[in-house]
Amino acid sequence: MSERLTKSAARNIFYGGTIFFLVIFLGLTLHSHNYIVNESTNEDTLTESVVAGKHIWERNSCINCHTLLGEGAYFAPELGNVWVRYGGKDDPEGARDMLKAWMQAQPSGIEGRRQMPQFNLTDRELDELVDFLKWTSEIDTQNWPPNEAG
Amino acid sequence: MKYQSQKVALYYIYGALALFAAQILFGVVAGTVYVLPNLFSEILPFNVIRMIHTNALIVWLLMGYFGAAYYLLPEECETEIHSPKLAIIQFWLFLIAAGAAVVGYIFGIHEGREFLEQPLPIKVGIVVVALMFLYNTTMTLLKGRKTAVSNVLMVALWFVALLFLFAFYNPSNLAVDKMYWWYVVHLWVEGVWELIMASILAFLMIKMTGVDREVVEKWLYVMVSLTLFTGILGTGHHYYWIGTPGYWQWIGNVFSTLEVVPFFAMVVFCFYMVWKGGRDHPNKSALLWSLGCSVMAFFGAGVWGFMHTLSSINYYTHGTQVTAAHGHLAFYGAYVMLNLAIFTYALPYLRGREPYNQQLNMWGFWITTSGMAFMTFTLTFAGVVQTHLQRVLGMNYMDVQDQVALFYWMRLGSGIAVLIGVTFIIWALVVPPRAASVRAKISQPAE
Repeated sequence: MSERLTKSAARNIFYGGTIFFLVIFLGLTLHSHNYIVNESTNEDTLTESVVAGKHIWERNSCINCHTLLGEGAYFAPELGNVWVRYGGKDDPEGARDMLKAWMQAQPSGIEGRRQMPQFNLTDRELDELVDFLKWTSEIDTQNWPPNEAG
Repeated sequence: MKYQSQKVALYYIYGALALFAAQILFGVVAGTVYVLPNLFSEILPFNVIRMIHTNALIVWLLMGYFGAAYYLLPEECETEIHSPKLAIIQFWLFLIAAGAAVVGYIFGIHEGREFLEQPLPIKVGIVVVALMFLYNTTMTLLKGRKTAVSNVLMVALWFVALLFLFAFYNPSNLAVDKMYWWYVVHLWVEGVWELIMASILAFLMIKMTGVDREVVEKWLYVMVSLTLFTGILGTGHHYYWIGTPGYWQWIGNVFSTLEVVPFFAMVVFCFYMVWKGGRDHPNKSALLWSLGCSVMAFFGAGVWGFMHTLSSINYYTHGTQVTAAHGHLAFYGAYVMLNLAIFTYALPYLRGREPYNQQLNMWGFWITTSGMAFMTFTLTFAGVVQTHLQRVLGMNYMDVQDQVALFYWMRLGSGIAVLIGVTFIIWALVVPPRAASVRAKISQPAE
């Protein structure tokens, strides 16, 4: 490596540059935080029920089989748009009933098919979980996923 | 081994190897459930298996870093560890917390954010462990010689702890939650963990090649500069589709493409130092792991990361088996191999023996690395087919999974190869060779 670059110069570049990029990153994240709260998500519809649904989602660790907005495990379908896939935009009541019925029918026990556990959620909890999935499907995700298959 | 207190590293190395074995076993079980989905479905659902697989990995890697720090700091600082007793207490606390977490997971006690599933008391325990460690190591650093290796390592470990604090922040808004979740996940593995990697590799190069410290440490600062200058804003490649603004696509495209550069620099660094040093270090397996680490990290993290980091590609591949392929090889190449390199280097000194079972260790290296490479290929093929059928043609998820079943069988096969390779490695590191055969070798006259 060039003799002109001394070790202390390299050290100063490291610390100075890191602070520089960290400040830019923090600034952009702050902007993004405001963008999420004000534009890409709907804080008005972020009801208690949606929040309760998020906790049910977390308590049962759904993320370790499913993906949500593409993040999670890859063992089971994407659920960020499951509300849309089940036709929730045109027929919200039908989609809700179908999603709840699906979860209540697990595990399917079909040989050779991946099994979803039975989480024994109450009717109210099922509604909250569906509310959370519905709210999630309404996040402005720059048009991801490419299609309804998720 | 020059300093008595370095011995505390032994606890961490053995603890890490035990959790490593658990991680691989649960990985094989998860791979088996992929092809035989009814297996264990009632008693041990897939989400719990995966939680243990990923958490055991993270914990053993961290435990390895702690051990590496306790081993190398005395030599770098030329002083004993501030408190070896505290280091031992810290180890047991960490191991108990990890064990309690795993047992809890099996009984369904966990939180639900990916990789941060530890229940709140365990998270608090991890912070206590981190504080004990940082106090102990920082005191050691302050009273001793300050080198670039020890400074970079300590800066990185401080940030590992600080960034973990975001694990306690779980906002109700899912998009906000996801954005800060990456503060822990991305800024760890594509940020400060890379600093740990560079500093440990620099330490190993100083010790094994005999190249002048001044040269190595200048390289070290260049490598960690490249890492953070690209990696911090490289976080943008996780902010494409989670509700964050569109400008992240530009930032993510540019900076995460550049994230390949520090990994390439580490390959050049390691090979150049070995070539330049020209010293014939007796611990050949440690050298093999060090060089192998830089190469596999370049492919796993660098090349496989770049493959799907551009937003126009990621739009189709995001959250498919392509991501799984990248994740496996990146963690193996960068962090698993790094730990195995420092373990292989340090253990002969810690146990007062010549490098032992080198042959077996190197067999372990080749079998495990081949297994991981093949696993990555099979998952990549699965991911490409999945991307086309599901994301381009819009075929239903479960139907697509049936189409790629063959790849999951091959992945299971490579996973079993990894299990065999890892058995060799752990055996080579832990079990001393029979005394008789060692003596026989030594007494053999030169020809």
